[in-house]
Amino acid sequence: MNLEVFLFFVFGIIAAVTAVLMITRRNPVISALFLILNFAALAGLYITLNAQFIAVTQIIVYAGAIMILFLFVLMLLRPDNQKKLFELNPKTKIFAMIIAFVVFVQLVYMIFFAGPSANITQDVSKSVEAGTIESIGRELFTNYIVPFEAAGFLLLAATIGALVLAKKKFD
Amino acid sequence: MIITIEYYLILSAFMFLVGVTGVLINRNAIVVFMSIELMLNSANLTLVTFSSFLGNSIGQLFVFFVMTVAAAEAAVGLAIIIAIFRNKLTVNIDEINILKW
Repeated sequence: MNLEVFLFFVFGIIAAVTAVLMITRRNPVISALFLILNFAALAGLYITLNAQFIAVTQIIVYAGAIMILFLFVLMLLRPDNQKKLFELNPKTKIFAMIIAFVVFVQLVYMIFFAGPSANITQDVSKSVEAGTIESIGRELFTNYIVPFEAAGFLLLAATIGALVLAKKKFD
Repeated sequence: MIITIEYYLILSAFMFLVGVTGVLINRNAIVVFMSIELMLNSANLTLVTFSSFLGNSIGQLFVFFVMTVAAAEAAVGLAIIIAIFRNKLTVNIDEINILKW
């Protein structure tokens, strides 16, 4: 059993278990903390896939910035009728699980039917080269410069939009 | 034993469908948002997997853009939830039905 197999199973099992725990907890703060653990496990998986830049960005942007935003909003909002949040029709739960299970079986069937591992074998040196900041940055500032600028503009628009939506109305 | 591409794809499919189930069974709008983040992350895992196995950095570039859009979506979405909470004092998505006829 080499290190890659070991790391895949450790991080994969953490990611799968924390995802399930995240959607079944009643306290939304606990859900948010499990989601942070899930993002950290995903960052570990990205490291095993030689994607170092994405792994670091995952920790900084997702587990750092976005989840802090979620926890901050959870701190601000305290709904008084929390009981009603859990009055769920049991038929809805069964229906959701059937839908998810059927689609999961379809996806697993498709993954094995297509058999991508027969055509794709990992070339480690190319894979390491693709994950460096250098190669991602080179693509980003040459072929993908327009989407990059558009992403910057989107962030500006989102900042202004969030301020306008959340500020107190004076009339 | 060697980790092939299928292992990562099945983990990604599983996480995506856990996110779908979370959207369907939760009534709290913030938890629904967190389930959507989980689905975005499982799609990111697929992109990084293919990018790494093909030795091509374009997939990781798209993960970068997905993260940008997810950050913008979370900021605007949570601002909308705060605005709704200020008016209706609830985050239960069954009670937010002012646009339903």
